[in-house]
Amino acid sequence: MDTYSLLRQLADSWVLLFLFSFFLGTVVWAFWPGLTPERRDASQIPFRNETAAQKSATREESDDE
Amino acid sequence: MDYFKLVALALVMLVSAIAADWGHDIAYRVHALIILAVAAGMFIWTLRRTDEPVGAAVTDTGYMDDVVRAGVIATAFWGVVGFLAGTFIAFQLAFPALNFDWGQPFTNFGRLRPLHTSAVIFAFGGNALIATSFYIVQRTSGVRLFGGKAAWFVFWGYQLFIVLAATGYLLGATQSKEYAEPEWYVDIWLTLVWVVYLIVFMGTIFTRKEKHIYVANWFLLSFIVTVAMLHIVNNLSIPVSIWGSKSVQVFAGVQDAMTQWWYGHNAVGFFLTAGFLGMMYYFVPKQAGRPVYSYKLSIIHFWALIFLYIWAGPHHLHYTALPDWASTLGMVFSIVLWMPSWGGMINGLMTLQGAWDKLRTDPIMRMFVISLGFYGMSTFEGPMMSIRAVNSLSHYTDWTIGHVHSGALGWNGMITFGALYFLTPRLWGRDKMYSMPAINWHFWLATIGIVLYAASMWVTGIMEGLMWREVDDQGFLVNSFADTVSAKFPMYVVRGLGGVMYLTGALIMVWNMWMTIRGAKPAVTPVPSATPAE
Repeated sequence: MDTYSLLRQLADSWVLLFLFSFFLGTVVWAFWPGLTPERRDASQIPFRNETAAQKSATREESDDE
Repeated sequence: MDYFKLVALALVMLVSAIAADWGHDIAYRVHALIILAVAAGMFIWTLRRTDEPVGAAVTDTGYMDDVVRAGVIATAFWGVVGFLAGTFIAFQLAFPALNFDWGQPFTNFGRLRPLHTSAVIFAFGGNALIATSFYIVQRTSGVRLFGGKAAWFVFWGYQLFIVLAATGYLLGATQSKEYAEPEWYVDIWLTLVWVVYLIVFMGTIFTRKEKHIYVANWFLLSFIVTVAMLHIVNNLSIPVSIWGSKSVQVFAGVQDAMTQWWYGHNAVGFFLTAGFLGMMYYFVPKQAGRPVYSYKLSIIHFWALIFLYIWAGPHHLHYTALPDWASTLGMVFSIVLWMPSWGGMINGLMTLQGAWDKLRTDPIMRMFVISLGFYGMSTFEGPMMSIRAVNSLSHYTDWTIGHVHSGALGWNGMITFGALYFLTPRLWGRDKMYSMPAINWHFWLATIGIVLYAASMWVTGIMEGLMWREVDDQGFLVNSFADTVSAKFPMYVVRGLGGVMYLTGALIMVWNMWMTIRGAKPAVTPVPSATPAE
């Protein structure tokens, strides 16, 4: 089989299956119920770290105490 | 280190001086002189600092914002240049006498058009993306930019790329690939700059304090990675001579066309969409003061968008030598792409849920909302135009130009203006922009300008498409090409006026930014004995 036909067949079967299931996987992962708190936390990221790196540093220190 | 730098710069100067002398064409020789001048300037600058005592080590604790400040100014500057060029060439189409005899061949439409497209996409849009991505990745990772001065190399390296590309177009150096016109050595330089950009961005994400990588960074990273891939593959070419700007593509015929539009459409998809969506997912929640409507939807938006966009390119090649299966594939994926695009638009708009009053009170928010509106409009129009039957009418007409501009002026332009208005007061330590009414003026001038532009291009595009296909009862074509050109004249004038309004809005913004920046007093400077006279 020439390269073109081989690649076409591969793309139409296994690669298609892989890409499609990967995509379905990301959808399932996005809606995974157990991860809802993490999603909510991530959506708040723009409202943290407003000034500089020191803020998170102090938070780490307070965690240690 | 400084000695090594001096030797390297001296070598660059030597080679570019030789290149300026031996160069086969004017563009190449001028570029060699530009590089020679830059290298000489850097040489002197480095030399003056060599073996000088190093000042007290400044502790880099805060965010690296000086490069973002430079990027904000560069964005505004290149924006005005690009809009001005666009407005001028719009009038060149309406009034061909504007292709001045004394300026030939440097200022004719054919050479100014790529200057305009590259100036708005790569200079204006690219600087906006680089500046905002540096701003966003620091804030959402909670760390300073990785790589120290490398960010400055990205900024200045990118400006050099813009200058080389723009002068090259005017002097006739082009490889005739749309949105990828720069010749081989400029491409190599951009590749280098882009890799450093990737390292700075990835490094910052790797060293982040936040556990999660915020969705804006996913979009921005996909933009950087994909543009690198597209740029390298589409610019695979062999220079005719190391001392000349001309190069020959390694692909030929339909393979070359497909590679070009795989690149071209993904430049739209990943440069103008994914990158700007990264801006959207940061600035819209920030300006609205509330988190994005659905973070889960944003994850789906991201994966669906990058999975689908990469296949859409063949819709640029309907009814060509491209195999039917490929153009059908491009068409189908373009139509499916409508869904994630609107999902993202709804996600952005619904972020305002419970804060819709901001639309009335906050002109910056209005800028973001209209940009999302235009995003929605052009991502509906695009899939529709990719359908083969519609494309047979719309292709090669001004409808395409109108579509591109409702996306570029409406979505990319407006969100960038919003981001500039958001960033300027914050970066220069002001409470807010100098003039809120001026933002309002900018908003309405730009919006009406886009409406004039898009509407006139719809009319002229569909008219021209219908005129081209019109046959009489004998089966002969009714109109000659020149008939369509003269029929389009009024719409071309309206389009030019739309451009004037858009440009005026941008000039108002520059004035507003200037006043905001000039009025700012750095927080550390002591106020000089400010006793009121009274």
